[in-house]
Amino acid sequence: MKLRAQVAMVMNLDKCIGCHTCSVTCKQTWTNREGTEYVWFNNVETKPGIGYPKHYEDQERWHGGWKLDGKGRLVLRSGGRAKRLTRIFANPDLPSLADYYEPATFDKDILVNAPEGLLDTPVKQPRSALTGEPMAIEWGANWEDGLGGAHERADTDPNIVAMEKATSEKVRFEFEKTFMFHLPRICEHCLNPACVSACPSGAMYKREEDGIVLVDQDKCRGWRMCVSACPYKKVYVNHATGKAEKCTFCFPRIEAGQPTICSETCVGRLRYLGIVFYDEDAVLAAASVEDEHDLLDAQRAVFLDPHDPAVQQAAREAGMPQEWLDAAEASPVWRLISDYKIALPLHPEYRTLPMVWYVPPLSPVLDAVGAAGRDDADADDVFHTIRDLRIPVEYLAELFTAGDADAAAGVLMKLAAMRSYMRSRTLDGTVAEDLLEKMGMSADEVEAMYRLLAIAKYDERYVIPTAYTKDAAALEAQAASTSDCSLDCEGGPGMGGSGGATTATVEKFHLVADDDGVRPGRTPWKSRRSDGRLGLSLDPMPGGAS
Amino acid sequence: MNTLAFVVVPYLCLAVFVVGHVWRWRHDQMGWTTHTSQLLEGRLLRLASPLFHLGALGVVGGHVIGLLIPASWTHAVGISEHAYHVVAVGGGTVSGLMLAAGFVLLVIRRRMTPKVFRATTRTDKLLYAAMGWMILLGMTATVGVNIFGEGYDYREELAVWFRQIFWLQPESHLMADAPLVYQAHAVSGFLFMALWPFTRLVHVWSAPLAYLWRPYVVYRGRPGNAPTASRTPSDVRDSALPR
Repeated sequence: MKLRAQVAMVMNLDKCIGCHTCSVTCKQTWTNREGTEYVWFNNVETKPGIGYPKHYEDQERWHGGWKLDGKGRLVLRSGGRAKRLTRIFANPDLPSLADYYEPATFDKDILVNAPEGLLDTPVKQPRSALTGEPMAIEWGANWEDGLGGAHERADTDPNIVAMEKATSEKVRFEFEKTFMFHLPRICEHCLNPACVSACPSGAMYKREEDGIVLVDQDKCRGWRMCVSACPYKKVYVNHATGKAEKCTFCFPRIEAGQPTICSETCVGRLRYLGIVFYDEDAVLAAASVEDEHDLLDAQRAVFLDPHDPAVQQAAREAGMPQEWLDAAEASPVWRLISDYKIALPLHPEYRTLPMVWYVPPLSPVLDAVGAAGRDDADADDVFHTIRDLRIPVEYLAELFTAGDADAAAGVLMKLAAMRSYMRSRTLDGTVAEDLLEKMGMSADEVEAMYRLLAIAKYDERYVIPTAYTKDAAALEAQAASTSDCSLDCEGGPGMGGSGGATTATVEKFHLVADDDGVRPGRTPWKSRRSDGRLGLSLDPMPGGAS
Repeated sequence: MNTLAFVVVPYLCLAVFVVGHVWRWRHDQMGWTTHTSQLLEGRLLRLASPLFHLGALGVVGGHVIGLLIPASWTHAVGISEHAYHVVAVGGGTVSGLMLAAGFVLLVIRRRMTPKVFRATTRTDKLLYAAMGWMILLGMTATVGVNIFGEGYDYREELAVWFRQIFWLQPESHLMADAPLVYQAHAVSGFLFMALWPFTRLVHVWSAPLAYLWRPYVVYRGRPGNAPTASRTPSDVRDSALPR
């Protein structure tokens, strides 16, 4: 057994109202730079829908993630090492900008400088943020918000295509009584990351301490294999720096014990952050399970019980401070995934062992209950609907349980039972023993689960231990150092391996770069010295790291 | 004049090549990339880029064989002059045509796609001009002189001079009788080498062959020191309260 800790997230989809606050604050924090205009480390999709980038879940087309080969061995879907190197000159699986969207901005001067007394209202025209040319806006990262355009496109949602034909046709047929929910997505920081495995330069890595997956900006050489290997399409090319960038799990905040910016600003308070212990030696076997329906249980089995004294001992031997052991015991993520078993991974069939899990939404089912003329407050009616009306359930199963509708239905029934239990508990003070029996939980457990899902406060939702250093002397040195900044270099996203720091956050809102001489992220080859002379830039460690 | 062109310039260029790479490696890891533009345009690139790169590998391989292996060695293993010539000119022409075709397509793509053209720096433009010039001279030397012209056996004099540079005893008179296009190609080649470390061409040295052997998932420790814990929101709130 090789114990490691992983910072993980669970999102409770029933509480997502699709306000995109997470996306906006994430973008302001990380990707408001030239080269990342089209990049959303966090985006919120409406499901059913084809997603961002378009049809990213269709792995027949993009060849992301892992699969089992003929002999049952785990291989990257895009092929082995030698095959990847033969495709290095042109990656056939790379999405084009059109698959994301062409970023646009507006020429607002035309409004500001409009002369008085115009008969027509001046109109600002959309312009491409890449070329400055006028353009028509035809797609965006949340184009399908609230099922926009669903009547034209949603039936090409890879999850609907993957459903059994009889059921998927029913989805289209019953679209008047449609269902929808929002799906916020960030990088999954997988235990078995396909992007890291596909990186030819070895620039991508998983951090030993907290499992966060990062791109070393100094080592990335722009081979762009990570972009296509990631089945969630959460690694992006910065077209200005020519390097890959991805969600950083806001590691500077996590290290300081703060939640990620998407969690911090989440209006619905639907995100939970905590650590889980897992056995690194068990990852490969769990990812290689033959039957896709067994993947969920296999992934749960990789996690180690933080209450187990043997596990605690192993964690101490691995050099973890007591704070981490305490955090693991109090982890809301562990409770939702392994205690209550109501959180599910997104697309376990990609075999990457994703570390952002979801409590599936009950709301589409409740909509279906109402549409069927039943009582959505009655547990039995809800149960019957889950059994009879397979549409939302099977759709959720495609997303979260590799198509295993029974597993998805089990979680939904648990959530419905909890609601019914709490309703009778609150309204007439009765304890619904029959529901407890169905759920296989005690009254205290159900109420604790309810509290975690419904009213958990900041400190309960985010249990994040501060980063530790095995070398105590380094801690003292840290106290003396003053700089602590999230960006490693100008134009860069701050994922550098050398731990460099700059003095200020870089914000650029150029329509088009004025000076084409120097690429963003690079210091110019000549610079003005302090005495005013022009000279070669000879700083061996750009960014001022010491 | 010969000394300047065939002794001074090569050494200056090689010095810039070496020092430039050291400087670039230490100064500009962030800029050390292929600088891919496949995201911005993919259709033409799918054809042109492999054509260009495979052609370039062939051309580089041909130069290595032609310049670094003495004629006496190939004679010693029994390869006749005619056989060598056929293979060299044939292989060189095919590689050169692939390189040239890929290059032309890539330049057209870069010029005609506004997004890609916008992402083109001045250094890139200089590089394309230099590379176009090199390809033109090289193809003229191979096709113009050796197929349609009277031919020139560069292994007798030019290659000897080239190897002498690395023994630090170049005899510039060996180049004096070479056809003009060969002389120009050789001098331009060294100038091109001097340009190399300052362009995107540095990505050649990062060809990821080590990928074939390394384990799939890379684990790395967090660099630097742990940051100190920041205040919790409740701390911030409480400290703002009047006492």
